[in-house]
Amino acid sequence: MNMKVNIAGVEWKNPVTVASGTFGSGAEYADFVDLNRLGAVTTKGVANVPWPGNPTPRVAEICGGMMNAIGLQNPGIELFCKRDIPFLKQFDTKIIVNVCGKSPEDYCEVAERLADEEVDMLEINISCPNVKEGGIAFGQNPKAAEDITRAVKKFAKQPVIMKLSPNVTDIAEMAKAVEAGGADAVSLINTLTGMKIDIHRRTFVLANQTGGVSGPAIHPIAVRMVYQAAQAVKLPIIGMGGIAGAEDAIEMMLAGASAVSVGTANFHNPAVTVEIVEGIEEYLRQNHMEDVRELIGAVRINA
Amino acid sequence: MAEERREKEKDIVRKRKENAVVVSQEELAEGIFSMWIHTEAALSAAPGQFISIYTSDDSRLLPRPISICEMNRKEGNLRVVYRVTGKHTGTEQFSRLRKGDTVPVIGPLGNGFPLEKAQGKKVFLIGGGIGVPPLLELAKQIVCEKKQIVVGYRDKHTFLKEEFEKNGTLYISTEDGSVGTMGNVLDAVRENALEADIIYACGPTPMLRAVKAYAEEKDIVCYVSMEERMACGIGACLGCVCKTVEKDQHSNVHNRRICKDGPVFLAAEVEL
Repeated sequence: MNMKVNIAGVEWKNPVTVASGTFGSGAEYADFVDLNRLGAVTTKGVANVPWPGNPTPRVAEICGGMMNAIGLQNPGIELFCKRDIPFLKQFDTKIIVNVCGKSPEDYCEVAERLADEEVDMLEINISCPNVKEGGIAFGQNPKAAEDITRAVKKFAKQPVIMKLSPNVTDIAEMAKAVEAGGADAVSLINTLTGMKIDIHRRTFVLANQTGGVSGPAIHPIAVRMVYQAAQAVKLPIIGMGGIAGAEDAIEMMLAGASAVSVGTANFHNPAVTVEIVEGIEEYLRQNHMEDVRELIGAVRINA
Repeated sequence: MAEERREKEKDIVRKRKENAVVVSQEELAEGIFSMWIHTEAALSAAPGQFISIYTSDDSRLLPRPISICEMNRKEGNLRVVYRVTGKHTGTEQFSRLRKGDTVPVIGPLGNGFPLEKAQGKKVFLIGGGIGVPPLLELAKQIVCEKKQIVVGYRDKHTFLKEEFEKNGTLYISTEDGSVGTMGNVLDAVRENALEADIIYACGPTPMLRAVKAYAEEKDIVCYVSMEERMACGIGACLGCVCKTVEKDQHSNVHNRRICKDGPVFLAAEVEL
């Protein structure tokens, strides 16, 4: 049985990675899962300089999910290169570095710094809803998204994945824009902007007032958007949004994703990623399928 | 390097989410429950650490971080004393668990109180509200010259009182004066003219802030156990950070992770 997938020229041993920000750089989860079993590890977003992130509370639970407004706290690219990349190089898994920035120059600086590092892919975060500058500002306007893709591509040596926001009117248009800008792949969806109010204190639950909604509650939205993006572009798609089990991962692939990222579910079950890999294998066996790639975009129009 | 690590991976005993078995459950005071569970976590837990407890309801994804109140290593049992935070909450669901029920947990997590610092010293163990329970195992294990336990409650609905009395000299404060000193824990310290060389404290932030200020004024070492909304509970998500005076080595900014680097910190190192 083949579990390998090829994302923009990079071969993953299986189609399962983790959603940026939910897994650090893997060190904490290495106590719970064998990172060698993952197709790739996608790191927490890293910027050109350290970012302190938002005030607390930064997280809240909702029915079927959670909200976060971490604000892209990160140690900056220098410490990241010194510490996190060597840690991940110990494992037989692909390394995807998520890149964040406040200006196009910030993103380019990080891409340039990573050019000669042993990382396999870059994921450009133009969809974080929790920072005032950068982030989603580049992800809600097709022209801005296309421009930043083109700018980063000039500096990046590794294939570039553009991470799209669901907080847009037309996801297909955004996918087309980054494709036009030269993206090698797209990943979607980032979190949906939400708000939660404490009725007893009559205050916002998150210090940032708004936060990104994730978890199983958003899964159908993610499946719909992955499907729409798959119809619109030729690029490989990494699908994410509320994947909590192999069934959700398979559904995402049927919608058109070539690979999937598991995020919030890691908080519920730190071993979920490997269970999803095994669950996909089991599904293939049960359905007498030889190759996981047979799932990609294989949803049929209802007769 | 990769080969070496891969070889090592085969021998790693991984941490895991485990189904603990409930041994007992009782309500100690209004809304305050005590639950003993049989769990692997009991074997290695230390005072001041916590466990992540999960509900059986998959629509509530996040674990509830709850401090360890007591453990019995020989029997592999661990006790949590927790407050039910409201209707339809995870903690309300925990309070309905009965002997023999299973409950998913991960732990022990975080770093506990540094016991060795108390040797030969006059000690304050200061707790407020639902910050009181983790002091019990600390009181049982700590070896020091003078063990002074100062705990604050809202009103006469106190809990764990008798158990603390067996493990040190107990002073109580209540906001309404119904038991012990009227006021807060520091009012109890002053009323009883108590003195210490080192403080271990756990409780709400305003209390910790006051205790830290007291420790600075008296120039004594103070450890505080902090609390924040958590998601992963293992240091990955950066949800539960606190502000630090110096730049932290791991985060490379003035933030530390309460779940992984704490929850116990040297008071002088954190902003309260």
